[in-house]
Amino acid sequence: MDGRVEDLLRRSAPRVLAALLRRYRNFETAEDAVQEALLAAATQWPRDGVPDSPLNWLVTVASRRMTDLLRSELASRRREDRIAAGIPADALVAPAADAGTSGEDDTLTLLLLCCHPGLTPSSQIVLTLRAVGGLTTAEIAHAFLVPEKTMAQRVTRAKQRVKAAGARFEPPPEADRAERLRSVLHVLYLIFNEGYTASSGPELHRAELTAEAIRLTRTVHALLPGDGEVAGLLALMLLTDARRPARTGPEGDLVPLVDQDRGRWHRESLDEGIALITRTLATARIGPYQVQAAIAAVHAEAARAEDTDWTQIVGLYQLLERLDPSPMVTLNHAVAVAMVHGPRAGLALLDPLAADDRTARHHRLHAVRAHLLEQAGERDAAEQEYRSAARLTTSLPEQRYLHARADGLAR
Amino acid sequence: MKYLIMIYSNPKSWGHPIFLRTPEALAMSGEAREEMGREFGELLREITESGELVGGEALADPAQVRTVRVRDGVPAATDGPYLESKEHLAGYFVVDCESVERATEIAGRFPDARFAAVEVRPIMGTSGQEM
Repeated sequence: MDGRVEDLLRRSAPRVLAALLRRYRNFETAEDAVQEALLAAATQWPRDGVPDSPLNWLVTVASRRMTDLLRSELASRRREDRIAAGIPADALVAPAADAGTSGEDDTLTLLLLCCHPGLTPSSQIVLTLRAVGGLTTAEIAHAFLVPEKTMAQRVTRAKQRVKAAGARFEPPPEADRAERLRSVLHVLYLIFNEGYTASSGPELHRAELTAEAIRLTRTVHALLPGDGEVAGLLALMLLTDARRPARTGPEGDLVPLVDQDRGRWHRESLDEGIALITRTLATARIGPYQVQAAIAAVHAEAARAEDTDWTQIVGLYQLLERLDPSPMVTLNHAVAVAMVHGPRAGLALLDPLAADDRTARHHRLHAVRAHLLEQAGERDAAEQEYRSAARLTTSLPEQRYLHARADGLAR
Repeated sequence: MKYLIMIYSNPKSWGHPIFLRTPEALAMSGEAREEMGREFGELLREITESGELVGGEALADPAQVRTVRVRDGVPAATDGPYLESKEHLAGYFVVDCESVERATEIAGRFPDARFAAVEVRPIMGTSGQEM
């Protein structure tokens, strides 16, 4: 499909759905109707040209479809057909949906609905990609490497959960708003990570998820420019994604941060990310996404790996441990501490994770221990830890990387 | 995360669903056998509707297995399985679950787990994290 048409459709998707939801409460059916309108546009517009008012066209087609769907649903329930047909599209579109801010606010309301806390993370992700991102079930299935039928079931299940959770298309109560926004950011973060871990081969198209996550986070940032965590998440995504060209070698092998060719980092994204996080840290209330973005910015500012300001990174990880502690934060903290105070100091920080059943068998713990033992000159112990990590990972490129490190020590 | 669920069985005679052909199941009452079949159908419906079932197939009788070996560049095919054992792989399912606990729970609900065993094994992915 024409890139411009696709772009237009994707941006219109949440607004068309919002228009329908203002008239009908039925999220499940409205979402199906919008998908069908988008598919119709995707085939007709490149052939016949884009209509003068694309949004009205989509709303008209979606409403007609909605009426049909509701009719057949009602008929199948042997109820009387009491659905009003032929509502003019203009009556459904909020005033100035094309120009004003209401269409944009609708996008946020819809995101909050899709990321309702009553839904499981996988349901939140699927709904966000479909209802807000305007992706088709086939595209989402492709990105998650499952058959379309499987993904269609997940969409259906997610919509049932919306209904069961009593999630509605309306702004959440003011008291819940901050909390609800956090879950939106978390879902966007998960979508980004799904795409970011993709490296090569059949998973390359997963990278589209990264672009989609950035696009959606940009939209939220434009709506809430004063929210530090939204800005922090966007900066984190930009700074992380900028490393993509350097993080895999020609064979799809993983290249660790210290060995990456920094000339291949995407300069424009780095500059945008650094500027955004610098501005945000100076003005907003601090939060975990901002701290992670700040860490990524410190890496980005080092022209060579050996120029990295590890002392500053240690400080930022200490802050992150207070704001949002997790085993992954501890692991990264230990790496930074080892760079400043030596590998023994880093290893000491890992002991509690090794003693904890929940983390003791995690491959990343063993991989970090291996790196630090290697730095400490304990080649045999390091080799063993690399092998343990290789046994525990379920990622082929990670396993290849870990075995290569171990092989290097065994020689 | 995707998991391969492998159904092992030692039936009296080969056929599907394989659990109904085990000596234990053949000794059960008709009612108990029906109940087991119902539970199996229920499980498949559940993991289909939840979007966890990615795929799966039932396998033919091990008597139909051909094992191929190439030695010194010369291929030789023989009848019968590579591994000699009483239990055979009878079928497999691929599920995509939120956790290994959930995959294990699903595996435990295959009736075959009561007779021989059901294995759950993670499937390697081709994406990786920066190390």
